[in-house]
Amino acid sequence: MTTTTLQERTEQPGEPEPLPSLLPGAPGSPVWRVFRAARPTAWRLALAALLGALAIGSSVGLIAASAFLISKASLQPPILHLQVAIVAVRAFGIGRGVFRYAERVVGHDAAFRSLTDLRIAVYDRLAVVAPSGLSAYRSGDLLNRLVADVDSMLDLYLRVALPYAAALLVGAGSVVLLASFVPAAGLALAIALLVGGLVVPLITLRMTERTQKEVAPAMGRLTAETVTLVDGAAELIALGQAPAALDRIRTTDADLTGISGRAAVSGGIGAALGVLAQGAAVIAAVIFGSQAVASGQLDGMLLALVVLVPLAAYEAVQALPAAVIVLARVRESARRICEVIDAPDLTPDPDPAAPLPSPVPAGDFVVDDFTAGWEPGQWVAQPVGFRCAPGQSVALVAPSGVGKTTLALGMADMVPVSGAEAYGTVDLRAVTGDDVRRVVEVIQQDAHLFDTTIAENIRLARRSTTDDQIEAILTDLGLGDWIAGLPEGIGTRVGRFGRSVSGGQRQRIAIARGLVARAPVVIADEPTEHLDPDNAALVMSALRRHCADRVLVLITHHRAEAERCDHVVEVRSA
Amino acid sequence: MKPLDPRLLKWAQATRVFLIATILAGVVTTLAIIIQAFLLASVITEVFQQDATLEQIWPQVMGLAGVVVVRALLAYAVEWAAFHASARAKSELRMAVLEHAVALGPEFLDSRRSGELAQLTGRGIDGLDSYFARYLPQLVLAVMVPVAIIVVVITEDLLAAVIIALTIPLIPIFMILVGLYTRRQVDRQWRTLGTLSGHFLDVVAGLPTLKVFGRARAQAETLREIGNRYRRTTMGVLRVSFLSALVLELLASLSVAIVAVAIGLRLVNGTLDLYTGLVVLILAPEAYLPLRMVGAQFHAAVDGIAASEQLLDILDIPLPDNDAGSTIPPTAPPFTVDVADLAVTYPDRPVPALDGVSLTAAAGRVTALAGHSGAGKSTVLRAMLGFLTPSQGSITLRGVSGAAGTPDTVQRTSWLEQFAWLPQDPVMVAGDVSDNILLGRPDAPRDDVARAAREAGLDPAVLDQQVAEGGAGVSAGQRRRIGLARVLLRDSPVILLDEPSAALDEGTESIVVDAVRRLRDRGRTVVVVAHRAALLDVADDVVNLRAPDPDLVTEEPVTVALPGLGR
Repeated sequence: MTTTTLQERTEQPGEPEPLPSLLPGAPGSPVWRVFRAARPTAWRLALAALLGALAIGSSVGLIAASAFLISKASLQPPILHLQVAIVAVRAFGIGRGVFRYAERVVGHDAAFRSLTDLRIAVYDRLAVVAPSGLSAYRSGDLLNRLVADVDSMLDLYLRVALPYAAALLVGAGSVVLLASFVPAAGLALAIALLVGGLVVPLITLRMTERTQKEVAPAMGRLTAETVTLVDGAAELIALGQAPAALDRIRTTDADLTGISGRAAVSGGIGAALGVLAQGAAVIAAVIFGSQAVASGQLDGMLLALVVLVPLAAYEAVQALPAAVIVLARVRESARRICEVIDAPDLTPDPDPAAPLPSPVPAGDFVVDDFTAGWEPGQWVAQPVGFRCAPGQSVALVAPSGVGKTTLALGMADMVPVSGAEAYGTVDLRAVTGDDVRRVVEVIQQDAHLFDTTIAENIRLARRSTTDDQIEAILTDLGLGDWIAGLPEGIGTRVGRFGRSVSGGQRQRIAIARGLVARAPVVIADEPTEHLDPDNAALVMSALRRHCADRVLVLITHHRAEAERCDHVVEVRSA
Repeated sequence: MKPLDPRLLKWAQATRVFLIATILAGVVTTLAIIIQAFLLASVITEVFQQDATLEQIWPQVMGLAGVVVVRALLAYAVEWAAFHASARAKSELRMAVLEHAVALGPEFLDSRRSGELAQLTGRGIDGLDSYFARYLPQLVLAVMVPVAIIVVVITEDLLAAVIIALTIPLIPIFMILVGLYTRRQVDRQWRTLGTLSGHFLDVVAGLPTLKVFGRARAQAETLREIGNRYRRTTMGVLRVSFLSALVLELLASLSVAIVAVAIGLRLVNGTLDLYTGLVVLILAPEAYLPLRMVGAQFHAAVDGIAASEQLLDILDIPLPDNDAGSTIPPTAPPFTVDVADLAVTYPDRPVPALDGVSLTAAAGRVTALAGHSGAGKSTVLRAMLGFLTPSQGSITLRGVSGAAGTPDTVQRTSWLEQFAWLPQDPVMVAGDVSDNILLGRPDAPRDDVARAAREAGLDPAVLDQQVAEGGAGVSAGQRRRIGLARVLLRDSPVILLDEPSAALDEGTESIVVDAVRRLRDRGRTVVVVAHRAALLDVADDVVNLRAPDPDLVTEEPVTVALPGLGR
């Protein structure tokens, strides 16, 4: 099992060059840009393509050599004259399996390498623009899809690029071989291969895309209806509405079957066309080959080779209709990946940025005429202003849905803002985003817990935090007994997205993490939401104690909590 | 993962006509290929050895053209039959699983993640296309085609037939051996694959958090390290698991090579003629092809088989008898709900959710359930609905004329008709707001819907507003109001409200309080889970629940609401 490793890089050994095709705004179609990201592993992919060509080439060679061997043997020459042919037949017989194996090993290795490069390129860009530049951060599903999109690029290398490269090499080789004996037969094979490698895949692709346009919404509807049924099962059953919900799913399922049926017809047409193309090439070889033999242009001994090579060579293009369908799918994924890469940085650093003094001298946190939004100009709240000295607290109060969270993210330079923000003598609008966050820290309401231990999740904020400090702070937050009861204590893993711990525990671990960080301004976004009154009181007093010499900005919709702060600021929706 | 799961084969019966059609098309295709081999051998021999002209071999050429057309038609037919073979089986399996899941009820469904079941019955089941449409027919063809070809080759050349007959069985034997060796490794590889995308998702999802703490840039190098580590382990596994394909390809093409050389040597001796040699050479690869296809198609079907195994496991869970028991007469209400010494333990959880809870929700009164999160308040409501199997204790509806029954002695539909329940997260279906309210009583007149909406604090203007499946486009607060309207419309004898004022701000909370009062005035029995003072104030009785697990909550249960919140 891989653990999410959270560590700070201590050195930067020869950091690889960024992939030029994946820089924001790089030219080219998305799928081409993503494909070119494989440049560092280009020679490995080329080797895999060559090996793949040799594998299919071996089966063409096996049939060609066998046909030659049998024809020549029928003339009953001395057995010595057959030795070369016999060796060739055996070599081709072994070659196919061996080359195929080598192709798979080399190809997968190269594809995995490219995938890692791609992941890092996407991550690097996300690290700049997230969360404001990316709507995905407003929906978990979109985030899941982005990750799946990146993973699906494996298919671009393995199931599109390699088969097409191999088909090209083998197809060209077979055509040249055949044309050197009977030019017309070579031409016929070339046409057949083009039909099988381009026309049939294109027909398949067009029909698949057309039906996919209808299948995708139907499938989406089916999924949504099923989720409703499962999530709402208890209520639907209680209301006696479960059969009605099942009927709706049955209708959608029937629609889906009807649409898929049309896709099957197109698949059938493609398959039939492929058989016709292959058959035509063979028949052309028979006709032109026997004419060439009759006219003396071709040694009769070679006729078997001329007729049987098209039969075997067609294998080169057989996998291509499937490859094109994969291409259509990864093209969509590539488009979404490039969308992320090209997303504008909505919170660019000032240029030039003012340096952040170290240590930062203590001072008042001042915000004036300040508002924020997910996009510049689309401010979520009317501008606010306040001044708060270290050791004091300010409450931002508003009913839910007014955009208090966005305002908090804005103060940490995570989303676009308008207005002034300063800490003591430091103008926070003049320093880099990273420096803003050295001064202003947000304890997010939906803070992410990483799939590692409780302790590691907290240490993320400050590496030097000791186990004792972590346990002390968790005890302050009312989790002491819980931690003591866990066999592994703070070494307990929290699971993916913190799912192994309860919502209240998750929230308080995130607060503990926020408190060990030593930023002079702490913004706590609804820290007591979903907690019962006793625990809420514990959390509030811990927050105050740990912020005794810091500025505490409390975001809340609880008036009672707000009224205990030194300043109260009303936030009104824009 | 079994290559042939008898449970799955049962579903293939629904489409056996199309399966047989697919197999039949495969057999006829093989016949066409055999005829094609004879025709090709004959034209080559006649032109090469008898100096025949194009005119003389024209009949064979026309024959070849005929064979090609027939094969093309068959290729189309196979696709058509294959689609129908899988479509029906898939639909039936999909609906059977969903119906079974609903019949198993909330107790089962709550233990599942909804996305997972939707994925399994949606795209997951689509993976079975390859299974029903390709793999199953191919399995039959993999036996029939080699036998047919060996029979034909026997009539031509016994030695070649023996070589083919001996090598073909080696393929499955070796593949099973290699498969046994690699299975454990492959399982492990998929887990690694899962954790790697899991890791990437984890880091990407946590990026805003990493950014807050200035750790975002540090993660890129970790991604590279983990990517490399993963690549090395995966490649280690793949090197082994590709071996089965190596064995398959090697045996298939080496056997053809051996047959070719054997033919060549006997042609030199004059013990075999060219025509026979060509027929056997052309047919030999065809004998191995179906076996190679089985391997490829099994791989294509693997995801579907894995999904189907989980679905079939669901179908194997025996159903409770929901139709057993009596029905409650309409004259029985109003009801008092008696909960006596109730204990409930959720599966997969070590500690009971309820341990010996007793309470009475008296007819015509408002009973509030208070207590910490985790104290089992929602569990009590679910148990009242009969959605949970208690490990001890009972729930009884007591009507004016004595006990009306328990969830065990009353038919499920009749029992549920006595209740209107507002869960914490009311279900939303595609349609408009009034459609969603109508779920409470589908035959209700429009006026009743409008009144329920008004009483739940919904603006009449929103009744026509569209709601997407799952409730997208509706705020959490609105969602709860729609749920409340639904309950008011249903207006059953017993009303269960689970935190009805959550996600509503203090101003709109009075709507809920008014609704509860109105329900009591109509003589309904109301059970309400409440945190806030306003709701606790309106209650006639307050029951404090205490979490049975001392490790979960150690503090005293709350008896007073948050100071300063009420009025």
